[in-house]
Amino acid sequence: MSKEKVAVYISKELYERVKKFIETQGGFSTIEEFVEFVLNEVISEEPTSYTMSKEDEEKVKERLRALGYI
Amino acid sequence: MVSKPHGNKLINRVVVGRRRDHLLEEAKELPRIEISETLAADTINIAHGVYSPLEGFMTQEDYIHVLHDMRLSNDIPWTIPIILDVNPEDIVDIKEGDDITLTHNNKPIAIMKIEEIYGWDKNEYCKQVFKATDPTHPGVTKTMGRKELLIGGPIDLLNDIYEPFEKYRLWPIETRVLFEAKRWRTIAGFQTRNVPHLGHEYVQKAALTFVDGLFINPLVGWKKRGDFKDEVIARAYEVLIQHYFPKDSIVFSVLRMEMRYAGPREAVFHAIVRKNFGCTHFIVGRDHAGVGNFYKPYEAWEIFKEFPDLGITPLFIRESFYCKKCGGFVNEKICPHSDENRIRISGTKLRRFILRKEKPPEYMVRPEVFEVILSFDNPFIE
Repeated sequence: MSKEKVAVYISKELYERVKKFIETQGGFSTIEEFVEFVLNEVISEEPTSYTMSKEDEEKVKERLRALGYI
Repeated sequence: MVSKPHGNKLINRVVVGRRRDHLLEEAKELPRIEISETLAADTINIAHGVYSPLEGFMTQEDYIHVLHDMRLSNDIPWTIPIILDVNPEDIVDIKEGDDITLTHNNKPIAIMKIEEIYGWDKNEYCKQVFKATDPTHPGVTKTMGRKELLIGGPIDLLNDIYEPFEKYRLWPIETRVLFEAKRWRTIAGFQTRNVPHLGHEYVQKAALTFVDGLFINPLVGWKKRGDFKDEVIARAYEVLIQHYFPKDSIVFSVLRMEMRYAGPREAVFHAIVRKNFGCTHFIVGRDHAGVGNFYKPYEAWEIFKEFPDLGITPLFIRESFYCKKCGGFVNEKICPHSDENRIRISGTKLRRFILRKEKPPEYMVRPEVFEVILSFDNPFIE
């Protein structure tokens, strides 16, 4: 991923809330790090590499039924 | 919604159909390396996505990053190296870039593409992973006895190994379908290597109060001497769930994977594995994956602060005890009474009752569970 940065504007109020959140909760050293993490989480909702057809899913369910799980 | 797989990618390296037939033929011609049951289990876990996003045994870059930074080289959290050790004499005719056949009991398990052959410092491994080099630590002893070289690269699974608990073995793709079918949105994973006493049951039920479902997932496979045998654990949970849990809220399944006794690092690893099964939460109790006094009682809680991007929420549940004045199981946060009223349930205490074949108090273990334990001549690993 490119390391080039761009400026994004958010409200002062939200900025202050995020700052307070980081100070009390920890886990992030800067607001920028927090924002990048949250945005990455939101846009990474891509499908998994485990592709499953309806037929495959039915086979899995069949095994689960046979084992008594459903 | 079930949790996203770790690294957003549920790995599937299980070869099926005509490609499997072809690779099975090819495997006959390739150099072979015989691996232990533990390594065969790791191979199978990789192939079925239990260790997603890993697609094989670690190459040196990932190994070094995991050892020192507790992250893969692409910055994804990962705390325990997944490595394949070999003797130099096993690979004299093998070089980087070659394909080899991994066998267990002389049966081909997988084809591995060797990307890298490298040395490792076992002492450094122990310092980083176990925070110990003392040979009384079972993980240290086991590591120091491992072979001198590591080989890294992706695997393709051809055959499974025999699983005596087949009816209780589910893979991540199956639990994900199951959790969806049950319409669970929040699932807490529970890791164990013990038979359940009432302290465990309290922790499980405390977690279940806040989530839709509980995934009880004991480890079977290599454990230290004196731990309970796998069959005892599985049968003890069978009766506990049958008599004391609402069936719609529980999924019980075993996972063949060795215990490392690596305390905090292993707690994070256990959470990652359960995330791959679809869990949204993971229960971390007192001295998780600890052994002896090598780790502080709540050290495993602290390490989670280093992973805000783990993608599974740890549920920190305090040690529970029976309080005579409260008249039930509580923990120090909710019980105001003094220590003389508190009876702590430990595996060691339970063990004494088992060895004497003496019925323990009802606040210690369910009678049905104890009956199962006593039905074994020796319930412990020798």
